[in-house]
Amino acid sequence: MQAETATQGTPPAAAPAPPREGATRLRAALGRWEALLIGLIAITLIAGSTLSEEFLTADSFTTGSLDLSEVALMALALTLVIVAAEIDLSVASMLALSSALMADLWNRGLPLELIMPICLLAGALCGAFNGFLVTRLGLPSLAVTIGTFALFRGLAYVVIGDESVTDFPATWTDRGFGNFAGTFIPNTIVLFAILAVAFGVVLHATPFGRSIYAIGANQEAAYFAGLRVKRIKLTLFVVSGVVAALAGIVISLRNSTAAANVGQGFELTAITAVLLGGVSIFGGRGTILGVILALFLLGAIQKAILLSESISSYWIQIVTGTLLVGSVLGPNVARRAREARRRHAHQHPLEEGQ
Amino acid sequence: MIELRDAAKSYGAVRALHDGNLSLRAGEVRALMGENGAGKSTLVKVLGGVVRRDAGEMLVDGTSVDFHSPHDARDAGIAVIYQEPTLFPDLSVAENVVMGYHPLGALKRIDRGAMHRQVQGLLDRLGVRLDPERPVRGLSIADQQIVEIAKALSFDARVLIMDEPTAALSGPEVERLFGVVRTLREHGSAVLFISHRLEEVFAVCDTVTVMRDGAVVHDAAIADITPDELVRRMVGRELTALFPKQDAKVGEPVLSVHRLTREGVFFDISFDVRAGEIVALAGLVGAGRSEVARAIFGIDRADAGHVEVAGNRLAPGRPLAAMRAGIGFVPEDRRQQGLVMDLSIARNTALTRMRSLSRGGLIRSSAENGLAREWAARLQLKFHRLEDSVGTLSGGNQQKVVLGKWLATDPKVLIVDEPTRGIDVGTKAEVHRLMSELAGQGVAVLMISSELPEVLGMADRVLVMHEGRLTGELSRAEADEESVIRLATGQVEAA
Amino acid sequence: MSAPAAAAEGARARRLTEWVIRVRELGIVVALALLIAVTAAIEPRFIETDSLRNLALNASIFAILAVGQTLVIVTRNVDLSVGSVLGLSAYFAGDLLSGNQGLPLPVVFALGIALGAACGLLNGILVTWGQVPALVVTLGTLYMFRGLAFLWTNGRQVNAETLPDSFLNLGSDSILGVPILVIFAVVVLLVTGQWLRDYRAGRELYAIGSNPEGARLAGVRSERRVLTAFVLAGALAGLGGVLFTARFGTVDATAGFGYELTVIAAAVVGGVAIFGGTGSVYGAALGALLLGTITSSLIVLRVEAFWQLAAVGALLLLAIAFDRLVGLRVDAALRRRSARRAG
Repeated sequence: MQAETATQGTPPAAAPAPPREGATRLRAALGRWEALLIGLIAITLIAGSTLSEEFLTADSFTTGSLDLSEVALMALALTLVIVAAEIDLSVASMLALSSALMADLWNRGLPLELIMPICLLAGALCGAFNGFLVTRLGLPSLAVTIGTFALFRGLAYVVIGDESVTDFPATWTDRGFGNFAGTFIPNTIVLFAILAVAFGVVLHATPFGRSIYAIGANQEAAYFAGLRVKRIKLTLFVVSGVVAALAGIVISLRNSTAAANVGQGFELTAITAVLLGGVSIFGGRGTILGVILALFLLGAIQKAILLSESISSYWIQIVTGTLLVGSVLGPNVARRAREARRRHAHQHPLEEGQ
Repeated sequence: MIELRDAAKSYGAVRALHDGNLSLRAGEVRALMGENGAGKSTLVKVLGGVVRRDAGEMLVDGTSVDFHSPHDARDAGIAVIYQEPTLFPDLSVAENVVMGYHPLGALKRIDRGAMHRQVQGLLDRLGVRLDPERPVRGLSIADQQIVEIAKALSFDARVLIMDEPTAALSGPEVERLFGVVRTLREHGSAVLFISHRLEEVFAVCDTVTVMRDGAVVHDAAIADITPDELVRRMVGRELTALFPKQDAKVGEPVLSVHRLTREGVFFDISFDVRAGEIVALAGLVGAGRSEVARAIFGIDRADAGHVEVAGNRLAPGRPLAAMRAGIGFVPEDRRQQGLVMDLSIARNTALTRMRSLSRGGLIRSSAENGLAREWAARLQLKFHRLEDSVGTLSGGNQQKVVLGKWLATDPKVLIVDEPTRGIDVGTKAEVHRLMSELAGQGVAVLMISSELPEVLGMADRVLVMHEGRLTGELSRAEADEESVIRLATGQVEAA
Repeated sequence: MSAPAAAAEGARARRLTEWVIRVRELGIVVALALLIAVTAAIEPRFIETDSLRNLALNASIFAILAVGQTLVIVTRNVDLSVGSVLGLSAYFAGDLLSGNQGLPLPVVFALGIALGAACGLLNGILVTWGQVPALVVTLGTLYMFRGLAFLWTNGRQVNAETLPDSFLNLGSDSILGVPILVIFAVVVLLVTGQWLRDYRAGRELYAIGSNPEGARLAGVRSERRVLTAFVLAGALAGLGGVLFTARFGTVDATAGFGYELTVIAAAVVGGVAIFGGTGSVYGAALGALLLGTITSSLIVLRVEAFWQLAAVGALLLLAIAFDRLVGLRVDAALRRRSARRAG
């Protein structure tokens, strides 16, 4: 499409045409936002390597990506929720509840193989609770998930209190923080990759995914076209809950600690990853690829700051917050600049007509 | 007092208004009439400062003016009361009227006593009984209009423009509104009154301006014109210019509506549409036609009655069930209900057929694009690329996408609400031809339309609604402008 | 409709909505009374003056923040950053005073409030000029401001011993039996309450939340008003921070952590609709009092404090669900009463 016109546009004798066409096609396929992210990643990698010589190592990738494992998982499900023009602030609390349940059920002697499905089920129930309040009662998801943000973590404390469990079997915890098949890629990242592919396929290549975009862009028109808006939204919240619960299991195994105070602040990073990935907060737009790139960027920034001796690790929070705001502010400002330029160009012909 | 000369306004390639000539004097109540798409709302927007005119002149009390915003219009004493109220439901009537300009007392505190008196005074002046302290939430549309009028008066508006004020009102409420309008006239205000209802125009207006196809075509004193002539001026064109419906074999009833009722909206609606038939549902704005269509398709729930498709009872309140039974629904509001503006032509077209375009759960892009391309060709859609968003298309082409989306489901029944509203003449003819072909193929078509020529040219049968009830049925032979309008305005009940 | 009938219908509608509001506020008072009664029955020490004073002291700071939050929520926005602003201001005030013990207290207050206002200004500019949704802005600034606080404190803390007595006494002394903190809260409440009720700018906040488009058409300067709301919310959080330091003396970067949740819950429970357009600061203060009492009750009853978080969340959800269900019923009732369709 764009590539075709590019080839039509290039002069026939131009030798450099092939690489330019390839670059244009790549950029067309990626979209402008993704290209911007790739550029930022490159800058971060360069900056990070100058700040610390340990930055561009396999080990740094391993530890850095391990840190973000759970956020990455939750960001996948959150992407679908936000594309549908909703929000879920309670993801980190569902993660905590899942971890607390793990601890409690372990204390009661259940085997991990039984505990894990129960936790996932609990996550589904939490998500269904969110979804029910939003779709059946028509409450705004922001308000609901602020409430469940408190309720679910509160329940986590009720379940396990201040205690924590640290004696999970080594077979499982090894899987939690171990690497895959001798490479430097952690198991958790492999898990993430599998889920990323699954979510990507669902969002971009299934009727369900198309429905999500339609609902996020114009819920009324989607309903008029026969889409089951309420059911789809409910499903999305349930999925968010299940994935958050899964993340809770992962963090408990990875750190060999299950407690109620895990994952604090994860919702910020997850939402930042999604918005930074080009997903519009208003719904209807965005790609999984963008979110993956944004996660990579966030991880790189986080690692660079952690490794550098000159920059305090407290900067991570500040940078994350700034990126969150910037990912919405940037396009707004750019759009206004464009419109101002366009209006200025139009005003002159019109003024003559008057 | 107000004069508009040769005003014109275009939106890109669409000429919404030209030859806009209108004058209003103090104490005059003028009606602005014309079919849908005649350009009335554009004219009003120009007068109200909502859009800037491209050409022509506007004079207020003899001085040339140019409005850049609604505030400019308001400062000049022009107030527009739209059909959509712009009130604050959580605040009181009084506060709604004075918002932003509360009367102040000592220390710049709001003087509530003065506020109450001021608003009570306005309401008294209008001759209306409304409690200034009650919240606006829950007020009927009629009462909300009164509050809007009071708001306009609080600005010393000398010109009030009302957009279809009686569209949602019942008999007694209309009378009350007329009383208000007469009071305004006595006090020297000018009122411009957009309306479709002939008897109201003749009851309360002094003069009338008629628009057609974007231009002002006639201007007369009410005393000098008859209702029939007025209608003729509105409709005017030769009916043969439209594409009349071709005869098709009419079969069994496919869509049967039985005693459908929705409290406060429509009552006891029963009719059939047969295969191969085009049935028009005519009536004035607010008659309840779109609401009936939405209830049939399941968007809204009916309180009583049921719908059958090909003899099978339809589960109410579920659009998906209606779709599965073979109903397609082209809604009235193209941009809000018919299309997802941000999505591409291909995705919009395929929105109703997604499952059938998938294999193994995955949508095949090739099938999606193939479907879209097929319908784009059949409907002669003018577009650049299938990936372009439908927002880039013209109104007529957007409507084609909506039609394509529904025709792709191979419906047995097609309900179309205002099929050619806001569409250029050329595309109109294409849409009409398409509907005729569909009927020829055995589809049962229910067409809701406010455009008389379209109704008369396309329909095998005309069902007319008035204030929520079916007032009559006319066959193709019986139907003409007069009979339809009389049934639509409730002047004649079917025998 | 005849004239007396119209007047009667209007009066009935007014009474219905007022009744709902009153039941709401009454509900909180009743819940409060019940809670105190039940707790006192189980543990009579709960209603001793010391205990009650603690309750009032705890609630005061939350009430001040809840007043600020009300201003923002009424305009259909939200401010998630108030806890972080409080933390910044608390540490700032403490740090300032411990280094300059002779600094006059009004100056400390002024500076703390100014810091808070500056934070609020940033929020407001991003929301109005930047057109970034308040959720995104304040979620971001929640972490930005907290990060700044951590950076600044760098692990240190302000110790009560380094603060002048005159300052610390503010947090515990009383005038005529009423704790000074409570007086602060009441003054803030009355001033803001009056402003919202009887001044144009305050009323316009309600208009903006009730119908943003309508407000624009009515000539309300929405951007300026919303900006003001955020600045005031920040300023009040700044005030809360200074009072926090006065009360607790020892302050580190975690001051106010998680406060935003309680503050929003207080406002919503107190009748400030999350959709904007309705609610009063008095209701929000009542909500703060109720939530504070729950905390104290739980402590006194030796129920694990863990139930507190769950309780806050549950209350918030109950409040918005209740409001929604009641709102739907009231809407339907009002509409039915004024529907006069032919037939």
